[in-house]
Amino acid sequence: MNIKPIASVALISAVALAFSGCASEGGAAGKTLTGSGASSQAAAQAAWTAAFQTANQGVTVNYSAEGSGAGRSAFTAGAADFAGSDRPLKDEEMGAGKFAGCAADSNALNLPVYISPIAVVFNVDGVTALQFSPDTLAKIFAGQIKSWDDPAIAKDNPDAKLPAGLAITAVHRSDDSGTTNNFTDTLNKLAPSVWTEAASDTFPAAFGGEAADKTAGVINAVTNGKGTIGYADASAAGSLGKASILVGGKPLQPTPEAAASILEHSKTVTGRAANDLAFSLDRTSEGVYPAVLVSYAIVCQTYKDASRASLVKSYVGYIASADGQSAAAKAAGSAPLPASIQEKVKAAVDSIK
Amino acid sequence: MSQQSMIRADAEPASHHHPDPKRVGDRVFSGLATGSGVLILVILALVAAFLLIQGTPALLADPAKLTAQGYGPFAEWVAPYVFGTLWAAALALFLAVPVSIGIALFISHYAPRRLAQPLGYVIDLLAAVPSVVFGLWGAAVLAPAVQPMWAWLNANLGFIPLFGGQASGTGRTILTAAIVLATMVLPIITSLCREVFLQAPKLHEEAALALGATHWEMIKMAVLPFARPGIIAAVMLGLGRALGETMAVAMVLSGGRQISFQLLTSENPNTIAATIAQNFPEAFGLKVNQLIAAGLVLFVITLAVNTIARWIVARRAQYSGAN
Repeated sequence: MNIKPIASVALISAVALAFSGCASEGGAAGKTLTGSGASSQAAAQAAWTAAFQTANQGVTVNYSAEGSGAGRSAFTAGAADFAGSDRPLKDEEMGAGKFAGCAADSNALNLPVYISPIAVVFNVDGVTALQFSPDTLAKIFAGQIKSWDDPAIAKDNPDAKLPAGLAITAVHRSDDSGTTNNFTDTLNKLAPSVWTEAASDTFPAAFGGEAADKTAGVINAVTNGKGTIGYADASAAGSLGKASILVGGKPLQPTPEAAASILEHSKTVTGRAANDLAFSLDRTSEGVYPAVLVSYAIVCQTYKDASRASLVKSYVGYIASADGQSAAAKAAGSAPLPASIQEKVKAAVDSIK
Repeated sequence: MSQQSMIRADAEPASHHHPDPKRVGDRVFSGLATGSGVLILVILALVAAFLLIQGTPALLADPAKLTAQGYGPFAEWVAPYVFGTLWAAALALFLAVPVSIGIALFISHYAPRRLAQPLGYVIDLLAAVPSVVFGLWGAAVLAPAVQPMWAWLNANLGFIPLFGGQASGTGRTILTAAIVLATMVLPIITSLCREVFLQAPKLHEEAALALGATHWEMIKMAVLPFARPGIIAAVMLGLGRALGETMAVAMVLSGGRQISFQLLTSENPNTIAATIAQNFPEAFGLKVNQLIAAGLVLFVITLAVNTIARWIVARRAQYSGAN
């Protein structure tokens, strides 16, 4: 008897809430911005939308983190005003008139907005610091080096006391992920003779190893296991040891600065409009931490609807600004865009019509 | 009485013939019961239709197109998961069935009454634990705890193919997943078996004891033959749960796309349900169809298992001690 009134009150308030939600949406028609895409950006997008909505009362920004692929197809079909994607659109996906939400003669723009270093995390008793040459790292994840006392690891780490006879358990993501894509791309670029498979969202089945679900699953498996090594967003590494990668003989840690500088050393994809900032990442330059995930906002050069354009301009302009980047760094542990890239993104955002 | 008159009051305005009050109740109740029966069939048909409609594009797609836009040619892609689903469920039942029957017999025939009832409640409580909790426990507590044992088995009994390969450093192997699954199906099998054992005819039991049978012989002669169809039905219900369990497997098992009987390595076949759960959030286009088609395969497997179980129960019924 007691439960019923409470339930009905809850129901009424829920209905009321639902209606008020409708009303405010209807009243502010055109003030809702819809984004869809990469789950890597989810934490940063949450911080961005919260700050943006506080600064711009009456504007609602919805970002649904359904994955990069879903975001790109939603943007192409005109269902989303912008897409979050862990890679820029490919040449064959670009083209004026291919995007339902853009003006008929408009192409899409790829703008880097989120940089996150991918850390190689390990859990080996008595070892606090490790460094790997790309070949050694690739061999470990390809299952060719099976034990922690392997001469190749000893050669990279002359000072470390490596446990004798401890087997290596290399943990990768069991789900499709942009993290896997960028990590396998790193191995493929830096150690092509060992890592023969091209970059892919799915970890190549040929190389075997332990699989775990999502970033949290990988971190848990590495933390709870013995002699484990894995890769994950650097912000999720917690207290686990983060290995350095030897690039040109110099050990590099996954710091925000070392990660973000990759864009300063990389060139944009050739054959695109001047303000399209699709980078083909140069993971081999000196002083650049190579395992980096760069995530993009994909927008229209010219929107069909001018009110969309002004909303996108102010939102994407905010997330690529110094303020937006430091908000993301706080909320998601990402690496802020270098100042020179912020300027380029700003110029590109200003050109949106 | 008051309930009956309420039903009458509800039903009467609709009918002008002032029928026998008993018959109105009968009709209402048979209508409700038939409705429920039809409803479950309709739901099942709708689920099947959803799987068929959404899965067909992947089943009919050109393998080359599936390689480009999906996860690869369907049969080749789904085979390891089908194997993993059956293999994990079989291992779980292998572990759970003897223990469940033991617990059920203990509760029904050995335990003193004061102990039997609380124990029954505790077992039933185990069924109420959400699978995500079992998953967390399996990944964070059980796997690290059994890892040294698995490493020992691998080092000392590695010549047996089941224990061969390179032992996992995390313990997140298919044997660990099977233990978690076994814990989850245990309460289902135990409760059903307990109920069946309690229904064994007291006269048969007393007759066996009067003929000089020991307690164990009495159970063997009077209880188990009577309960056999019930045990099989209970095992099949447990199997249904083990086949479909998603969350716990997704969290505990290090699953990939290998067909492998080895129990202790990192490279285990994943299950269909866990594969769907892990890949669905990021899937789009043809990948969604392919995952749903895998769900269809699981649906067919479950249906086949249940049909076989029914057939076994029906075939065995005549040999049970019940007649």
